[in-house]
Amino acid sequence: MPAQALLILEDGRTFRGSSYGAQGTALGEAVFTTGMTGYQETLTDPSYARQLIVQTAPHIGNTGVNKADNESDRIWAAGYIVRDAARRPSNWRSEGTLDDELSSQGVVGIQGVDTRAITRHLRERGSMKAGIFSGADASRPEADLLADVLAQPAMAGLRLAEEVSCKEAYVVEPAEHGWTGETLFNIVALDLGMKAMTPARFAERGVRLHVLPATATFEEAQALNPDGVFISNGPGDPATADSQVSFVRSFLEAGVPYFGICFGNQILGRALGFGTYKLRYGHRGMNQPVLDRSTGKVEITSQNHGFAVDAPLDGPTQAPEERFGKVQVSHISLNDQVVEGLSCMDVPAFSVQYHPEAAAGPHDAAYLFDRFIKLMTDYKSAQRKNTQSQTTQSQEDK
Amino acid sequence: MPKREDLKSVLVIGSGPIVIGQAAEFDYSGTQALRVLKEEGLRVILVNSNPATIMTDPEFADATYVEPITPEVVEKIIAKERPDAILPTLGGQTALNTAIALDKNGVLEKYNVELIGANIAAIELGEDREKFKGVVERCGAESARSFIIHTLEEAFAAAEDLGYPMVVRPSFTMGGLGSGLAYTPSDLKRIVGQGLQYSPTTEVLLEESILGWKEYELEMMRDKNDNVVVVCSIENFDPVGVHTGDSITVAPAMTLTDREYQNLRDISIAIIREVGVDTGGCNIQFAIEPDTGRVVVIEMNPRVSRSSALASKATGFAIAKIATKLSLGYTLDEIPNDITQKTPASFEPALDYVVVKVPRFAFEKFPAADPTLTTTMKSVGEAMSMGRNFTEALQKALRSLEQKGASLDFSSVNELDVPELIEASKRPTTERLSQVQRALLGGATVEQLYAATGIDPWFLDQLVLLNEVSATIRQSTSLSPEMLKLAKRHGFSDVQIGALTHNSEAVVRGVRQALNIRPVYKTVDTCAAEFAAYTPYHYSSYDEEDELALHEKPSVIILGSGPNRIGQGIEFDYSCVHASMALRKAGYETVMVNCNPETVSTDYDVSTRLYFEPLTLEDVLEIIAAEDRTGGVMGVFVQLGGQTPLKLAQELADAGVPILGTSPEAIDLAEHRGMFSRVLDEAGLIAPKNGTAVSFNDAKKIADEIGYPVLVRPSYVLGGRGMEIVYDEPNLSRYIKNATEITEAHPVLIDRFLEDAIEIDVDALFDGKDMYLGGIMEHIEEAGIHSGDSACVLPPITLGKDVQERVRAATRAIAEGVGVRGLINIQFALAADILYVLEANPRASRTVPFVSKATGVQMAKAAALIGVGVSIAHLRSVHHILPEVGDGGNLPDNAPVAVKEAVLPFNRFRTPEGHVVDSLLGPEMRSTGEVMGIDKHFDTAFAKSQAAANGALPVSGTVFVSVANRDKRSIIMAVKRLVDLDYKIVATGGTADVLRRNGIASTTVRKISQEGTASGDRSIVDLINDGEIDMIFNTPSGGQARGDGYEIRAAAVSNGRPCITTVAEFNVAVQAMEALRSYEWDVTSLQEHAVVLAAGLAAQNA
Repeated sequence: MPAQALLILEDGRTFRGSSYGAQGTALGEAVFTTGMTGYQETLTDPSYARQLIVQTAPHIGNTGVNKADNESDRIWAAGYIVRDAARRPSNWRSEGTLDDELSSQGVVGIQGVDTRAITRHLRERGSMKAGIFSGADASRPEADLLADVLAQPAMAGLRLAEEVSCKEAYVVEPAEHGWTGETLFNIVALDLGMKAMTPARFAERGVRLHVLPATATFEEAQALNPDGVFISNGPGDPATADSQVSFVRSFLEAGVPYFGICFGNQILGRALGFGTYKLRYGHRGMNQPVLDRSTGKVEITSQNHGFAVDAPLDGPTQAPEERFGKVQVSHISLNDQVVEGLSCMDVPAFSVQYHPEAAAGPHDAAYLFDRFIKLMTDYKSAQRKNTQSQTTQSQEDK
Repeated sequence: MPKREDLKSVLVIGSGPIVIGQAAEFDYSGTQALRVLKEEGLRVILVNSNPATIMTDPEFADATYVEPITPEVVEKIIAKERPDAILPTLGGQTALNTAIALDKNGVLEKYNVELIGANIAAIELGEDREKFKGVVERCGAESARSFIIHTLEEAFAAAEDLGYPMVVRPSFTMGGLGSGLAYTPSDLKRIVGQGLQYSPTTEVLLEESILGWKEYELEMMRDKNDNVVVVCSIENFDPVGVHTGDSITVAPAMTLTDREYQNLRDISIAIIREVGVDTGGCNIQFAIEPDTGRVVVIEMNPRVSRSSALASKATGFAIAKIATKLSLGYTLDEIPNDITQKTPASFEPALDYVVVKVPRFAFEKFPAADPTLTTTMKSVGEAMSMGRNFTEALQKALRSLEQKGASLDFSSVNELDVPELIEASKRPTTERLSQVQRALLGGATVEQLYAATGIDPWFLDQLVLLNEVSATIRQSTSLSPEMLKLAKRHGFSDVQIGALTHNSEAVVRGVRQALNIRPVYKTVDTCAAEFAAYTPYHYSSYDEEDELALHEKPSVIILGSGPNRIGQGIEFDYSCVHASMALRKAGYETVMVNCNPETVSTDYDVSTRLYFEPLTLEDVLEIIAAEDRTGGVMGVFVQLGGQTPLKLAQELADAGVPILGTSPEAIDLAEHRGMFSRVLDEAGLIAPKNGTAVSFNDAKKIADEIGYPVLVRPSYVLGGRGMEIVYDEPNLSRYIKNATEITEAHPVLIDRFLEDAIEIDVDALFDGKDMYLGGIMEHIEEAGIHSGDSACVLPPITLGKDVQERVRAATRAIAEGVGVRGLINIQFALAADILYVLEANPRASRTVPFVSKATGVQMAKAAALIGVGVSIAHLRSVHHILPEVGDGGNLPDNAPVAVKEAVLPFNRFRTPEGHVVDSLLGPEMRSTGEVMGIDKHFDTAFAKSQAAANGALPVSGTVFVSVANRDKRSIIMAVKRLVDLDYKIVATGGTADVLRRNGIASTTVRKISQEGTASGDRSIVDLINDGEIDMIFNTPSGGQARGDGYEIRAAAVSNGRPCITTVAEFNVAVQAMEALRSYEWDVTSLQEHAVVLAAGLAAQNA
């Protein structure tokens, strides 16, 4: 008989189930994700740091765990809430059970709860603080448990990127991901909680990444003389990311091509002078329809964001930071018209709120990596032309 | 981009009669399509020969042609209606093949008709196996290694390379018809031989065996802007080797990681683009090698399919409706999701529940057939269920089948039986799930069964889990709340818990309810609760939170008919849907309960609320309780969905549930022999002499008294299950011994069998005061052939006015005597001008849709309103559902003549030796569907019915005649007529002699049992196989003999030639063949027939 476990939400709603993974206490923001596959990618996605994930898909753990599908080197989710945990995984790539993996990483989970009821609650009342208590912790008085839940800081205002980022810079070579030709571009990737699939998507297109920690400065990055700059996804409130915002502004001023995903979209938004806000319950799942306004096409996207950029949807507008010229909302969510992408018209920069690297999720948006390559190609050839014309000019000057 | 404005009228092609592999799901998709087209303001033209469909209701189209779906007939319709476009993707393979034929023969070009929703190039790329292989390759994916062959020689050459076993699949057939696995060269010869026949292009694919691999299916949609979404992933519980229609299937896929799933998704999208399905749906099937993950693309259907209907019901994503909109030029992002209202259709449904579909088979109807499951689909129906986990969904699905032994048996298993169970499970049959679960219960390991069956260990472990829960239940000393909660969480029914704890179902229910352990109702919302749902489409689960909203008016609950089966099919769903439509229109809140994903009734648009639930007493009582607490229940309809709800009537009434319409007491009165005979006595009516037996001695005594032949059957049956005509005592003894389990509660009924009687079927309405006679149907075959398998004609063509008046009076007397409030169906037999009452069923019958279509009066709608207290007088004068004067029993002389013909599935079944099963008709119903031929006159109406059902009657050529001695006298005139019409006659010895003595020339052919006299001297079977016979007329010589007659009929079935087995039908066939040669027959829509009928009625009453 597994130990009993409780899920307590900040408004006092309590769900009883049994323990899953490690026993103890997990505190965090309760959020739900509707993806039907990819629990392993989800758990290891650093953007879920300090969050308790509710899986709406009822059967979790069926395919076990394997090394290849990790999106980082650990589970970042603070806690895990599922309905029916697999007793026995079955998949030719499985190397162990999810239950064991959660236990060995000390991740506290709960199973056997009405995840649909929890989801409906979060949908109506918004993502909120919550706690999972299992084993001995579950027998503490509920009032104390609720007090613990309430005592944790709220997600809004939390600065987490530095916590989850790599501590040391490293390089990802194209050859590591099957690219056999010459390296086409060097880019700087600021790791605010980057998923492993992101560098893979760049590298397989011939791009070398200099992955830098969240604390890296513009000068450090500039020293690498990058063809482009990338900012990854990551956890926390974008309103706290002042240093990364100024990092991006410096590159925009330098005219270096920029691409951002998720957190990287919010940072571009802020760099351009827009605000960000917290969504009631966020977008988490892999069935989210996004309209690419430039082509009129719909892509089914993988999403995981609780915050969004507050930018005008109609037509190109002047960026509040006027030196960056005009900007337009390039992608919108068809479900609720939330900004899902920004595209600058006068500086070489764009970003999306969703996850073109997928993992987990559909590959519909992989073209965005190609779009960035195009942007860098244009930038480079313009640069060459500039250099050439400068050379010509200086010769003429003589 | 909004819809196209250049399309003003569209012809929709339906799928025709219900056959195995192409069933009610196409009525569901077609009905949705018609609705959309009408809403969009187009003129809608429909052709479908199946009268039992909702889509052929005249209000769904502007012109409804109940005509054979053949290229010739559809051309006539095109010539007459001149549609701008044809939508062929919602009527299954029938519609698609017809469209291809119309393209090939130039009709589309001639009349400048565009195909929408599909283009010929895409259909061919998708369906032509060789071309499709190229597609798969270009998409960077793999197909199984294979060869396309057109002859047996090529097949053997290919076998050298592929090795045995190998898969054989004929091209362009539906439901896997003609496919099979060849383990040996002789298998190969047989299956390929048949396959070449079945394939319209004489083409067969031989393929490396991927037997035992994991099988998956993705349902896709694409719009003209190249937006593609995956509606649903489906994983088969049964690995490759069992047709997906015969497999237990699960949605969403359970054992794929995201990487593997996305790989399938990427391949699917690449394929749909490469094939060029511009707009609409398609599905793609995959096999995955379980140890390596190697992916092989099996096939695609570039159209809405059976799986699409399942996926629609499983996810709430209305594929057919959206496919229709896409075909008109809309894009996915322009179409709102009905359920969430605020999100668009361009998304992929997320499920927070598990869906399980289980097939329902009818092998009991074909005792000679081999029950091994193969790549040829053999199931006749399916049940689907939803639960919050697999175990709950599986157990709900199994009990939805309403078949004895379908639910898992947790009684203890002798360890010694385990090896045998494991061995048996290696061969996939209908028993396999049970064998596997019982072997596990007996101590076998998951590994052992995985090795034996290839069923994924995750699924096997779920069965282990169920077994463990059963042990907990069994060991529980009381019906404790912990135990009950655990049991319910895994889908155990009160009956199962009762069996494990030695309690009755009622006791378990009583304790459970006292402990307040009740199901909650969740909502199918397409989005895993991310957005609020506005569509009350519910399923039960033993979980925490209930989502039912309060309702304003007390509910009228309609219990549906469950999975389709032989004897209870789409006809009953038709009545349920009509009831819901009529009641909603009259202002009632209707609640539909059903578990059949193929049906219109389980479309969430049909009723005010839909519960996708099993139709067992427990599940129904919980729904009634749920409806009660959320706003009250007005009552329940049990007489519309066939035997399924009817058998719940008494128990529901006992539980205090108000039954609408005919009372359970009246239902019982009609079913109960003794009580019913008193009703007949009082009315001065007679039944054939009969008796009720509970032992052989009883039976013998009764049979001796009333005289052989006798008709024997178990009581309370539908579809003639277990019914047989017994000619002598040894056979009576055999029947009693083998065919039935006789108990006091379930006696055997023995009736005098009336030879050479005309059978008459009547559907009528009665409200306690007035009767409305819906129609009198005269059977074409004599009594003794089950009414469901017999052709019939309305209005009757040989019954005198006085007979019809006697039928009318008898119908009224019985309806009154029984106490009917709503529909009643009565079967009569007329022998030597004496009218016998065979049986009365106070419920919606199989023929209600036929009568409704033939007479233009919607009987089930009327019955529903009678059930809530509306009088027939009001239905005539106020509701205008019934005509103001007159009824279907005295139609005007110019009324159109409608012929119903049954469609039989003989070509689906094989004996273990590989022979087709016999195609003789008998008292046990075996047809899966029906068609209607309607025309001004009987002969052409009959010809149409044959063209729609069994292949057109030949207008010239060679007819083979071989009849039993008792029939030789009755065929002379008809054969003479054929000779006069220049048909050639081929006959076997005895028949040829009789013909010669009557001056009729025929070629004598030897029977198979006779030795050939010279080399090259072919038997009749050879002639049929060589395609030299255009029609077969063979009556059986009686008994159980499996002689020449069988071989002849089997050859006819295998070669798809019309095969007539009764004199009565032969006579009318000859009449029809003459008519076909004499007139250019034309097509008439039901709406046009209605105008003629109305004028006739007006003249009659003037």
